[in-house]
Amino acid sequence: MINIHEVVETNEMIEKENLDVRTITLGISLLDCIDSDLDVLCDRIYNKIYETAKDLVKTGDQISREFGIPIVNKRISVTPISLIGGAACKSSEDFTRIAETLDEVAKKVGVNFIGGYSALVSKGMTEADRLLIESIPQALSATDVVCSSVNVGSTRTGIDMDAVRLMGTIVKKTAEATKDADSLGCAKLVVFCNAPDDNPFMAGAFHGVTEADKIINVGVSGPGVVKTALERVRGENFEVLCETIKKTAFKVTRVGQLVAQEASRRLGVPFGIIDLSLAPTPAIGDSVADILHEIGVEHAGAPGTTAALALLNDQVKKGGVMASSYVGGLSGAFIPVSEDQGMINAVEAGALSLEKLEAMTCVCSVGLDMIAIPGETKDTTIAGIIADEMAIGMINQKTTAVRLIPVIGKGVGETVEFGGLLGYAPIMPVNQFSCDAFVNRGGRIPAPVHSFKN
Amino acid sequence: MNKTIITVVGKDTVGIIARVCTYLADSQINILDISQTIVSGFFNMMMIVDMSGTDKEFNVVADDLEALGKEIGVVIKCQKEEIFDSMHRV
Repeated sequence: MINIHEVVETNEMIEKENLDVRTITLGISLLDCIDSDLDVLCDRIYNKIYETAKDLVKTGDQISREFGIPIVNKRISVTPISLIGGAACKSSEDFTRIAETLDEVAKKVGVNFIGGYSALVSKGMTEADRLLIESIPQALSATDVVCSSVNVGSTRTGIDMDAVRLMGTIVKKTAEATKDADSLGCAKLVVFCNAPDDNPFMAGAFHGVTEADKIINVGVSGPGVVKTALERVRGENFEVLCETIKKTAFKVTRVGQLVAQEASRRLGVPFGIIDLSLAPTPAIGDSVADILHEIGVEHAGAPGTTAALALLNDQVKKGGVMASSYVGGLSGAFIPVSEDQGMINAVEAGALSLEKLEAMTCVCSVGLDMIAIPGETKDTTIAGIIADEMAIGMINQKTTAVRLIPVIGKGVGETVEFGGLLGYAPIMPVNQFSCDAFVNRGGRIPAPVHSFKN
Repeated sequence: MNKTIITVVGKDTVGIIARVCTYLADSQINILDISQTIVSGFFNMMMIVDMSGTDKEFNVVADDLEALGKEIGVVIKCQKEEIFDSMHRV
């Protein structure tokens, strides 16, 4: 029988250490909605999403109430829209109409975000892919809860540098299109290498074509819980440190597994995966940077940070893998800047640079995330940063992503406020040397060799 | 068996257990186990109850107990047992 100390421990995690289930994400395939008539297509998309997801929020709230665990977000991911809209959309404006349909139905069912306004172009772009990508600035400024992602590379195919160059421009245009809201549109746009098909986290969630008709994916969180557990083992050696992280990750993940199974049973939708990510929020004590500090670096970014992050990421996986029957998605520690108070402090203290963040992404998911940069940063420079991050993912056979926010009208030293879970961010300096000639070459970077690993 | 964990946290006063037990008895909810401890100066009580005999919905019981807690000046939470089981039992 459960004893009181176990009950108190669980409830302290929830009440004092910000343990929560970050998201229940319902993946919905839209492949059966395809039609060459845009009106018919939009109707079908609306109806299918509405019928599948109408009980999602209510069910999530019920589970939350019964187990006493907050479920912060309920989200929907759909099949990449470039595939769905290809037959019906003859222009970027046509694609924007689909985005508006997604926005409308997402608000109707009450979810926080809907992801999948996406194109997968790791080897090349179809006309539909190109039109969708070109529509992103318009689509993200005309909608509130739609998230967009573009996969521009993979370990198997290499990197589509035409798409990278285009995305440099699109990120900038999205910033321009939403400049009245401090370029918030860019917070809903992510560029991927090796994008997973079952990621429940935004902005990068989409429902891959390898997935079933509908599926429940759950993202857990709990940086605060890990940090508190580590406070109890200050000064102990790495063995004790790693064991503590593992045990904590196990407990956190078990809660996610329970919530996922319940959601799956109640909604009659199969359970897909648990995403074992440490996802921070701007709330005090809910920070991955604070864990790194607890492990022993003065600020995130100090020497030792990459090693600390590597061990953290690995132990979270080791603990989490046993706790869940299916693990997938991004599964790793997130290191967004604006969404993590400890990261913000590190930037403000001068400890953390864009280059150090890039190094840190080599050992954790997911990439350069929620980083505000000066609004006047050149398109090609953004493309260069994207290319660097994609190369890390391609060579290391891992998912990497870039979510940069060039804040129009603001420069280094200023801050930008996004609000809510997105937090605020100091604008970080970007290397000013040019990569124009590199980015403008055009074509693809070939896939890497898969042997001779050194 | 439909097990729920009820926790009561707050300043110790006369009659907390009596008030909670009266409500449970009136609602046909059977108490399987009670334990209590002091954590950082606060009174912590945990009850394991079986809700299969009651015709009240889980939400109703949870809301009623929450309201009762406010009346007494403590925090009362109802949570299904599975969350503790999954976290603490392999």
